[in-house]
Amino acid sequence: MRTLESILVEHPFFKGLQPQYLQLITGCASNVRFHAGTYMLREGEQASQFYLIRHGKVALEVFAAQHGPITIETIEAGEVLGWSWLFPPYRWHFSARVVEPVRAIALDGICLRTKGEEDHDLGYELMKRVAQIMMERLQATRIQLLDVYGVGA
Amino acid sequence: MANVPDPMLPQLYRVQRVRREIPDTFTLELEPEEGVEVPPFASGQFNMLYVFGVGEIPISISGDPARRRPLVHTTRAVGTVSKAMRELKPEDVIGVRGPFGSHWPIERAMGKDVVIVAGGIGLAPLRSAMYQIISQREKYGKVVLLYGARTPEDILYRREVEHWRAHFDLEVYVTVDNATGKWRGSVGVVTRLIPRAPFDPLNTVAMICGPEIMMRFTAAELEKRGVATENIFVSMERNMKCAIGQCGHCQYGPHFVCKDGPVFQYSRVQHLLTKWEI
Repeated sequence: MRTLESILVEHPFFKGLQPQYLQLITGCASNVRFHAGTYMLREGEQASQFYLIRHGKVALEVFAAQHGPITIETIEAGEVLGWSWLFPPYRWHFSARVVEPVRAIALDGICLRTKGEEDHDLGYELMKRVAQIMMERLQATRIQLLDVYGVGA
Repeated sequence: MANVPDPMLPQLYRVQRVRREIPDTFTLELEPEEGVEVPPFASGQFNMLYVFGVGEIPISISGDPARRRPLVHTTRAVGTVSKAMRELKPEDVIGVRGPFGSHWPIERAMGKDVVIVAGGIGLAPLRSAMYQIISQREKYGKVVLLYGARTPEDILYRREVEHWRAHFDLEVYVTVDNATGKWRGSVGVVTRLIPRAPFDPLNTVAMICGPEIMMRFTAAELEKRGVATENIFVSMERNMKCAIGQCGHCQYGPHFVCKDGPVFQYSRVQHLLTKWEI
């Protein structure tokens, strides 16, 4: 049976992370599964963890009164779900609905924040990795906003 | 000496069928009039289609190069000519000049993984390439199609895309920019599919067609993944008029898109894509 550490080391989010940090992080990790149609997190709720998606598909949703739930983007295998655990007030900005059954590693945000405060090198590593994802998602969102396939675009 | 037709003289074709694809996009199927021979074409090339009394526009050929008849073009009704084209009926006659321009690197991609990235109606000129590659599937490594559309309702050639998706030896990923309701596929821009797609970046030829901004970001993402710019190809669109590099309407830096393109090696045009003046 594969250990959590061996799974973490293969996930793109932790690629190249020093082994001693990986050991520390493993202490904050657990295996989780979610069925299709369930919510992994909901807008406004406490953001106390994040997920490394191993299999499946999750839709990030926001609710608009006139339209119902609108999917902003989907998160899939190899990607990371959630960064609100790292920034006050530690509350989710979106909801995440499982589209295809998910297997993921859940990482305890409070545990990671504490370890990051104790060891700023680890904290900086985590911050860099989360910032990279934020930058990529921001760029993608900018392109999305351009509506490039619209008439006259 | 062979009788080479005058490239400026339209040949007469009869509309066989006008197929509505998605709300503003349609496919024209054309049959040559008696005595007109459909010339061979390569995937990625375009024809000049002339609606008599209205005007002439360039449209990529979206049919199978191995099956010249009917001659197939898909386009979007956005301007005067394309809107008039949409209203054509079976048996109407139009003028066709071509084929013109460069083609997708089908031969160069042999023995390599192929990544085809299409955005919106950009799937039309790449469909010809898909047909060619599928017909010689054993000559290629992994074949990946990444397709981005605006909404689920805007997915072009939907049945065909679903058919390709069912092929065990094709990797087909579709994403839309916006979705509500029943859509169970991916949501997000097409560039987000690149890190997920299974291909060897060091042994890959990529072909991209879509809005220029989408091609720019897609090429950048492919580069980030490790694909060399020499192995990335893009299809450019400019105001083509004569189609033979004489009039200068489609000049793009040192290139004429009609003659040197529309398919360019990305490394040849990369520096031009960020020039606002061109």
